[in-house]
Amino acid sequence: MADAGPPLLSVRDLRVQFGGAEVVRGVDFDVRQGETVGIVGESGSGKSVTALSIVQLLPYPHARHRTGSIRFAGTELVGAGPAQIRAVRGNRIGMVFQEPMSSLNPLLTIGEQIVEVLRVHRRIDRRAARARALELLELVEIPEARRRLNAYPFELSGGQAQRAMIAIALANEPDLLIADEPTTALDVTVQAQVLGLIAGLQKRFGMALLLITHDLQVVEKMAHRVCVMYDGRIVEHGPVAEVLRTPRHGYTRMLLDARPSGGPATVAKDAPIVVQARGVDVRFPIRTGLFRRVTGYLHAVRNVDLAVRRGQTVAVVGESGSGKTTLGRALLRLQPSGGQIVFGGRSVESLSRQAMRPLRRQMQIVFQDPIGALSPRLRVSEIVGEGLRIHRLGTPSERDRTVAQALEEVGIDPQTRHRYPHEFSGGQRQRIAIARVLVLRPSFIVMDEPTSALDRSVQAQIVDLLRDLQARHALAYLFISHDLSVVRAIADQVLVMKQGVVVEQGSAKDIFSAPRHTYTRALFKAAFDLEAARSGGPASSEAGSAPGPATAPNTPTPVGRP
Amino acid sequence: MLRFLLIRLAQIPIVIAVVSLIVFVFLNASGDPVQLLLPVEASQEDIAQMREALGLDRPLLIRYWEFLVNAVRGDFGMSLRARRPAIDIVLEALPATLELAGAALLIATAISLPLGIMAAVRRNGFIDAAATVISVLGQSMPVFWLGIIMIMVFSVQLGWLPASGRGHWTALIMPAVALGWYMNALMARMTRASMLEVLGQPYIRTARAKGLPEHMVVLKHAFGNARIPIVTIWGLQAGAMLTGTVITETVFSWPGIGRASIYALQGRDYPVVLAAIAVFTVMFLIINLVVDLIYFLLDPRIRRS
Repeated sequence: MADAGPPLLSVRDLRVQFGGAEVVRGVDFDVRQGETVGIVGESGSGKSVTALSIVQLLPYPHARHRTGSIRFAGTELVGAGPAQIRAVRGNRIGMVFQEPMSSLNPLLTIGEQIVEVLRVHRRIDRRAARARALELLELVEIPEARRRLNAYPFELSGGQAQRAMIAIALANEPDLLIADEPTTALDVTVQAQVLGLIAGLQKRFGMALLLITHDLQVVEKMAHRVCVMYDGRIVEHGPVAEVLRTPRHGYTRMLLDARPSGGPATVAKDAPIVVQARGVDVRFPIRTGLFRRVTGYLHAVRNVDLAVRRGQTVAVVGESGSGKTTLGRALLRLQPSGGQIVFGGRSVESLSRQAMRPLRRQMQIVFQDPIGALSPRLRVSEIVGEGLRIHRLGTPSERDRTVAQALEEVGIDPQTRHRYPHEFSGGQRQRIAIARVLVLRPSFIVMDEPTSALDRSVQAQIVDLLRDLQARHALAYLFISHDLSVVRAIADQVLVMKQGVVVEQGSAKDIFSAPRHTYTRALFKAAFDLEAARSGGPASSEAGSAPGPATAPNTPTPVGRP
Repeated sequence: MLRFLLIRLAQIPIVIAVVSLIVFVFLNASGDPVQLLLPVEASQEDIAQMREALGLDRPLLIRYWEFLVNAVRGDFGMSLRARRPAIDIVLEALPATLELAGAALLIATAISLPLGIMAAVRRNGFIDAAATVISVLGQSMPVFWLGIIMIMVFSVQLGWLPASGRGHWTALIMPAVALGWYMNALMARMTRASMLEVLGQPYIRTARAKGLPEHMVVLKHAFGNARIPIVTIWGLQAGAMLTGTVITETVFSWPGIGRASIYALQGRDYPVVLAAIAVFTVMFLIINLVVDLIYFLLDPRIRRS
């Protein structure tokens, strides 16, 4: 560990305000050469703003630093001139962001997006830059790198896009890589691979890494030191092991406890079945050619059987594209499908839309994104009461009472029901979305990733709420999630899906204690142990053999400069 | 790509047939040309003879079908007034209209794009304020009114520019500005809005994080994406500009198709009107095809799907 010498990056008394609101309130930390520092906090803690301040990427002059100094390799970056800061960005400091897809220009090829960052900082011709771009794509282990050079972002998967982002960030062999939630938007197995890749490359290039994340697990695996941010301040910092083992600040303890805990409610063996599906099958036609003839089918869900009992949670686990959401939509008859679906003792798969309508009240859905799911132009009372109005339940004053009760039940102050969704936090909005479903007194609810867009501590609260509501109203849940720690806390039965097929199905207790299918094991390994990074990508380079914190910076760079 | 082009090409005859039918029916409903062609004191026999000579005594649909068959061969019949092939009258006027519309399109595009881009980049700055004023003026002033004011100021008062006609290049300035005025305003607004949206995208932050100079961030990354919706508006406006020529050409006595069709309409000279509309329709379809091709060039998501 390079403990000696001045730090590579030194942040002192950094303050950031947007308009009148101060979001970073005096932050100090150092990053040394070759070291990994994690900044952990929840949304709104100021961690991303701190990261963007370093390369001065905030929307100035709306954003202001009232005080603060950011020294990078001896140069002051706060208030540095445009030319000076440009020479640092993309050259000596690389950045990787959370959403790889939207962080890449959709209209330029991956090759061009790498070439331009090379050519802006170095005097090399286009051909040399393209050759180097290819090397970089191979370095980040994108399969078929040569072909990907001419690919557009929309032709890549999320994981590949993030690898391309990393290639851009590393193009000029920076001294410092800032990764802002680099894996949050990715599937668990891909997360582990990408983190392994970053760790390996860091070691190989001997660069420092500033890792911004909300995920303590990621920090635990990757970082030497951690700073815990809360409300614009660093409330605790120190070596990772020490901070995680003996957290001194209440907020850190809360973060550590925030992993969803407890188990699912027990379900009586003879509880009546609410929803039963036999051989559910969904295909999407693929049309090609001049006349758009159907030339094949994308088999999104293949022959799935399941049953959800009163008061029971059946979880559907899988990565993006596995068909889990399509399955949920098929059960609700929002998606035409083959096979049989029995709801409340009645076969519903062939019912018309009109015939389905009275049943809709009893089968509801809660979506992942609580921001997109609530109309911004309606008041909370209107959003929650809409279903009652549509199904003509009660008089206006009765409806208003029902809405207030439902809000109270999900932990929202009924007095606030005349406000608009944007006045609530993400967790509160998800509670409102749950209340909207609850007012209709459904018997079956599809929960489509209801906690994925939320902070860890809020996730735990929502899981508690869902368990509580389930116990009180004997609700049947189909819980769609890729987050296994949440699933473990709520599910009684689990279905593991991969490419439309259920690869493993059974009681949660059995699957979590002894997963049988290799895919389930890989999924669990990736989720509960980032060591899986090693077995992830193909030959994650010899340096990637231990995707833990790099122990010493390697001086030679294996990729030849052109 | 090929499929798309074929579909577009196949649509052209259908559109022409429908447009011409509508126009044909409306024109016939608007009055009898024989009444205008013959003196008031003409006898009933004279009128009947004239109708027969012009073929106006046969049923409407039969006349339409004949018209369509001939039109495909480029034959729109003889102008009822000039006694020359109607298509000749229209085609003779075509270069003047293309010149006017082309100049207007050029002016509108060359001013609105830089203006919109700069307004977005320096949001709430001086240029942004100026762009807003121009937009409001452009969208609130009708072409004929603007044309008359321009003639009053630059021709009558100052004597700088000719008030009408075609010949010297200075005669093109006022009609082109008047015709492009509205499109310029709309495009400037659209460009600004589109740029503002793109400038807020994460990939612009990536471009800055790469250390790219600002002109690359703005032109290559931001405008490269912002121009796609702008092309849509451009195509719609370029088409609308064709109809704009009718008014502009009348105000400035510009010898183009617009003016020719107004004269023909006033004289119920159906063959000329129909020929003019057919030419307008074809030009409109060509513009649409060009716009679709531009999409292909600009957006790989369309090109490769």
